[in-house]
Amino acid sequence: MTLTNYLVLSGILFSIGAATVLLRRNAIIVFMGVELMLNATNLALVTFSRLHGDLTGQVMAFFVMVVAAAEVVVGLAIIVSIFRTRKSASVDDINLLKS
Amino acid sequence: MDVNSLAPLLVAVPLASAAVLLLLGRRSDRWGHWLGLLASTAAFVVGALLLVELLGRPADQRSVDVHLFDWISAGRFDLSAGLLVDPLSLTFVLLVTFVGSLIHLYSVAYMAHDAARRRFFAYLNLFVAAMLLLVLADSYLLLFVGWEGVGLASYLLIGFWNHRTPYAVAAKKAFVANRVGDLGLLIALMLMLATFGAVDFASVSAGIDGGLASTATLTAMGLLLLLAACGKSAQFPLQSWLGDAMAGPTPVSALIHAATMVTAGVYLIVRSAPVFEGAPTAQLVVTIVGAITLVFGAIVGCAKDDIKKALAASTMSQIGYMVLAAGLGPVGYAFAIFHLVTHGFFKAGMFLGAGSVMHGMDDQTDMRRFGALRRYMVVTWVTLGLGWLAILGIPPFSGFWSKDKIIESAFVVPEVGGEWRAWLFGAVALIGAGITAFYMSRLFFMTFHGKKRWTRDADGHEPHPHESPALMTIPMIVLAVGSAGLGFVLQAGGFTTWLEPVTGHVEHHEPVLPVLVIQVVTLLAVVVGLALAWRQYASLPVPETAPEGSALTRAARVDLYQDAVNDAVLVEPGRHLTRSLVYGDRTAVDGAFTGLGRLTVGIGELVRRVQTGYARQYAATMLLGLVVLAAVVLVPRI
Repeated sequence: MTLTNYLVLSGILFSIGAATVLLRRNAIIVFMGVELMLNATNLALVTFSRLHGDLTGQVMAFFVMVVAAAEVVVGLAIIVSIFRTRKSASVDDINLLKS
Repeated sequence: MDVNSLAPLLVAVPLASAAVLLLLGRRSDRWGHWLGLLASTAAFVVGALLLVELLGRPADQRSVDVHLFDWISAGRFDLSAGLLVDPLSLTFVLLVTFVGSLIHLYSVAYMAHDAARRRFFAYLNLFVAAMLLLVLADSYLLLFVGWEGVGLASYLLIGFWNHRTPYAVAAKKAFVANRVGDLGLLIALMLMLATFGAVDFASVSAGIDGGLASTATLTAMGLLLLLAACGKSAQFPLQSWLGDAMAGPTPVSALIHAATMVTAGVYLIVRSAPVFEGAPTAQLVVTIVGAITLVFGAIVGCAKDDIKKALAASTMSQIGYMVLAAGLGPVGYAFAIFHLVTHGFFKAGMFLGAGSVMHGMDDQTDMRRFGALRRYMVVTWVTLGLGWLAILGIPPFSGFWSKDKIIESAFVVPEVGGEWRAWLFGAVALIGAGITAFYMSRLFFMTFHGKKRWTRDADGHEPHPHESPALMTIPMIVLAVGSAGLGFVLQAGGFTTWLEPVTGHVEHHEPVLPVLVIQVVTLLAVVVGLALAWRQYASLPVPETAPEGSALTRAARVDLYQDAVNDAVLVEPGRHLTRSLVYGDRTAVDGAFTGLGRLTVGIGELVRRVQTGYARQYAATMLLGLVVLAAVVLVPRI
């Protein structure tokens, strides 16, 4: 099994995530799309680590995980608070800054 | 008492009085005019004490420089403020304070019904202080301070009744015309600083003696000083303001626009004698300006029906005589100052007389509406008559001693320059004397002789001319005595010798014609002028409205088109210039900035469209950007 397959899989996963972010309105689902894109990136990073035979890619993947965990916490909190005030989790409804 | 402690008082006392009157305001309304009179009289007493002090000294020690304080001290440049007490400045001090005090006294009665009398006296005191500073200054810079001070006081007093728009406009006109002259003085000051590194009279004189300045520099300096003198003394071509300046109260016209301030230009030229000695061209221009103004003023004076404006034209013409004399060099300096002093007396006296006539005739100034006033105002008639005889130059009245000397000096062939000058300037001065006799007699006869031509009001109220109160007639009488006798007294007392430390001693020069011939011809011209005026304005009836007259009369009535010329040459182009500048400012400069603002707003409008508020669209933009970025990086490598 060549490493290329992993990269292709990573690309497919990233595309699915991006499509989810762009096409879905529900904030939770959009969030899941973001997570999918981050994990696709992680897969690509780990694959490159293997390809180069050093640990740099894996270290980067860990960083991404940490950031993703933090992001999930803050993002979910925001979504919950928006839902409480506006009774909606649709990203298209969040347009208060538009005059 | 010594000179050092007395001299500063001359300026300080009137200045302090002016400050008190202006700062206390209405609280000093009741006694303000008396304080003003007191301050002016005190200055005169100080001046008299100084005169006694100087007369007690030998002639060569009569010049005292009183150091006041170090004014500007910067590196090698050092300027101290000081007063120069010498025969010339002291002559002016006595003239200004004596005539000034009399006019203060006159004003107490003349301005009695004016609510702002106290302010009037404050300005008069301010004027006296500034004028004394002007003549006492020992450097051109301090002189400039006084010069501006009298300009300010003149402006304030011409526009004293500034609730009437034409008066306020007249004040502004005087101010602007004076500024043109002041510019000349300012540039001359800078030129002196650049050439000599100093601006006090002594250093400038020493610098010229030391050959620091070329003839060209001195000529430029002289012409600039002449420009300043023209502005202040209403000489051609800056003369147009003096006639309008008669908008001020009559005592102001008497003091500032006849006796003292307008003669400051003559003072400046005489004081700058070393400069003009080194610049014969500038000197010739001074003489020419004097000659032109002399004739100009005389012609204008013949056509004016307003009594004050006729006197103003006469003032212009008489100062023309002084400037002409000052331009003749050392031969004329002393006579210029001599005529200045006698003129100060008789012209101030005549202005006060005119004020008295106006006082009795309900502020009427049109001479065609006077006539036959001699029976109703005897004191005014006699005092103004003495002034009239003096200005005509009838012996033995004042004017004869001073004006005839100027005419004689004009006939002297100058050291540089051809004989034609003597004939030309002599003839101009002589003809001027004849015209002077005509217009002054015209004024006198139209006012006091002939038939009554008084106006009636709409309700048929007829004026009741009456003699003015004693407070007004006393100054007139004193000035009339001066007009009658001062010339002889000063001549006998050796006035020209007294001035010699400043003006220099001159050997007697023989005119191109014998002195006796000149005197007789002058007197003849005067008598002819007088007789013409008698026939026209005393024996023949005077029409109440001015007849159309010849082309020259019509031109003279509008001051020989001087306002029209100024308007066409200076005012209109200036107005167009400012208008086009404003237009340029609005379109080009303002346009650039508002255009910049509009451009920014427009770009903002465009960019704003991108901000839709849809989070998914932002995400799509980011993704697109990322793809483009990746493509830019990767595509060339493939």
